[in-house]
Amino acid sequence: MVASLYGVDDERKTIWVFLEQRDGELERVSLEILFKGRQLADEAGWSLIGLLLGHQVRDQAQRVFAYGADEVWIAEHPLLEHFTVDAYSQVVEKALMNGHPSVFLCGATPNGRDLAGRLAVRLRTGLNADCTDLRLDPQSGLLTSEVTGFGGGVIALLESPHHRPQMSTVRPGVFPLGEEDPDREGHSHMMEVELSEDMISTKLIERVIGEGVDLTQTPVLVCGGRGIDGKFDMLQNLADMMAGEVGATRPPVDEGHIERERQVGQTGVVCRPKVAFACGISGAFHFVVGIQDADFVVAINTDPNAPIFEYADFCIVDDALQFIPALIEEIQKEPELAND
Amino acid sequence: MTELMVVVCMKVVPKPEEIRVDPETRRIERGQVRSEINPPDMNALEVALRLKDLHQARVVILSMGPPLFEEYLRVGLAMGADEVVLLSDQLFAGADTLATTYTLAKGIEKIGQPDLIICGEESSDGATGQVPPGIAEWLDQPQITLVADLEVDLQRQVVRGRREIGGGFEVLEAPMPAVISVKTASNEPRFMDYEIKEDAFTGKNLTVWTHEDIESDKEYIGTPGSPTIVSGFEQAAVRERKRQFLTGARDEVIRKLVDVLREYL
Ligand SMILES: Cc1cc2nc3c(=O)[nH]c(=O)nc-3n(C[C@H](O)[C@H](O)[C@H](O)COP(=O)(O)OP(=O)(O)OC[C@H]3O[C@@H](n4cnc5c(N)ncnc54)[C@H](O)[C@@H]3O)c2cc1C
Ligand SMILES: Nc1ncnc2c1ncn2[C@@H]1O[C@H](COP(=O)(O)O)[C@@H](O)[C@H]1O
Repeated sequence: MVASLYGVDDERKTIWVFLEQRDGELERVSLEILFKGRQLADEAGWSLIGLLLGHQVRDQAQRVFAYGADEVWIAEHPLLEHFTVDAYSQVVEKALMNGHPSVFLCGATPNGRDLAGRLAVRLRTGLNADCTDLRLDPQSGLLTSEVTGFGGGVIALLESPHHRPQMSTVRPGVFPLGEEDPDREGHSHMMEVELSEDMISTKLIERVIGEGVDLTQTPVLVCGGRGIDGKFDMLQNLADMMAGEVGATRPPVDEGHIERERQVGQTGVVCRPKVAFACGISGAFHFVVGIQDADFVVAINTDPNAPIFEYADFCIVDDALQFIPALIEEIQKEPELAND
Repeated sequence: MTELMVVVCMKVVPKPEEIRVDPETRRIERGQVRSEINPPDMNALEVALRLKDLHQARVVILSMGPPLFEEYLRVGLAMGADEVVLLSDQLFAGADTLATTYTLAKGIEKIGQPDLIICGEESSDGATGQVPPGIAEWLDQPQITLVADLEVDLQRQVVRGRREIGGGFEVLEAPMPAVISVKTASNEPRFMDYEIKEDAFTGKNLTVWTHEDIESDKEYIGTPGSPTIVSGFEQAAVRERKRQFLTGARDEVIRKLVDVLREYL
């Protein structure tokens, strides 16, 4: 059997979390994982350690403690300013080989996946990708990861009993963001970093990163499907009135009516808004998983037998192209609903 | 003379909308399920075929899976690929990402020294994008993932890709050989070419290799090579909804809806 570089016998009972940052700001998913990690660590009596790489990022340490970490290991270097898989995987590998954590978690973001995919092979360990839940057995220290990537609403439970670290990437938005506790204290540990240009084979030529949309945080999600015939401007108007965001099913994304970042569902984003609208959406399971954590779902569809009505609290059989403009008009009369 | 050798990694997957879990045995029922080429891999193949249109490229499709993959992969030949290599062996069964990427890397080494290895963004039944970095690591090559636009500079032997990430993009340049993953739906895969179709489905340009052919270490393939085990399957719990149909005139419905919105917002 293939053996990992370090094993169960020389693991340290700790949970490590890779803290992804973008221009010095911690990614939300990293904080979500810290919150979940804190719960797991408390149940097992383990400690929770954050791993932070970047250039001049040490001022973020207090936030990392506030979100639950006991320690933060920091690597600072100009070559770590922006993520490159070459530089980051070297530094993280070294840290893991020093710390021997039992569990290593990272966000299932583009960079998190790049990093985890390489590290798992380098360390010869298992990787559970895009997890939607995590459980840690306090006795055995075995991590169980839940993944949904099988279609049809199937969940698989994955474990790596004999290899360390137990690695998982966590899907953004599945864990809530905990309360920040500014009084929590922790211990910072500066790592030694040896990096030079020639260790980085992939060169960053250009980088254009805007704000990006984050549907996981929005209180109101107005989703449109094939049935709204590309009229996303109309949905945007409705969303704007309630400080919400627009989402979509896959067909309008594929047809180019709206950015892929706004796709909701199995292969898109999983959201937890207070209210979700599903306009002109049939209700395929692939889509529905993306709004199943909404507090309240309103579906508007011309077909009274559309499956989406099985997954809605309010079911409205109507033409969305007429209903939504009428709804917008009514909300305009409601000062406390219509934010600016 | 070929200027460029490209390996495209492709996989055949069960159609996700047809998969169900047997409520009794809690196992995936695969019996009735039809398969298809993993859709993102069609985007990967299209990128390779465009390189072939531009340069003198040889395009080899590489896959690890059971013999049933063959007929699907031949579609790739009909689209214009030159050759299919299928890694198929009982001993490969049960592979997780570590074993899969090892096996594919061994297959790539046996094929020769491709300049580019092009993968899809993710497989619908798989490891969600972990295979391309894994292959890159085994082969110790650079990687550019989530690429929507790819250019090869033969003079300088570099590949340049536009990596699509949330809120923007990066342009990255790597020396070849390199591993690429292609952003799903970033191109329109071409149709089969009817002039080569017949040949594609009967021709000999499909090779099957076993663990011996690729000289793989038995401890690194299939179940022994896989740290991850599946300890169970469950059907996702679906949240109960009120399912209240609002009937009546549209303005009445809207008033009811606004009342609820007021409560929630
Ligand atoms: C591997 C895989 C992953 C997938 N991942 C996702 C994913 O992440 N997200 C996703 O959304 N899909 C995903 N899909 C696709 C999914 O299976 C469905 O095909 C898709 O969700 C259907 O989108 P839709 O409801 O907009 O379109 P349709 O199914 O075509 O439904 C359109 C609906 O609009 C209604 N309608 C038409 N006109 C009007 C009108 N004027 N007013 C009101 N209603 C109207 C119709 O009655 C119909 O119910 C995935 C599929 C696969 C195979
Ligand atoms: N068994 C396989 N054979 C060939 N290519 C594969 C296989 N599994 C994954 N891949 C490639 O790796 C990509 C990402 O897959 P995954 O990491 O499983 O999401 C796919 O789009 C394929 O290009």
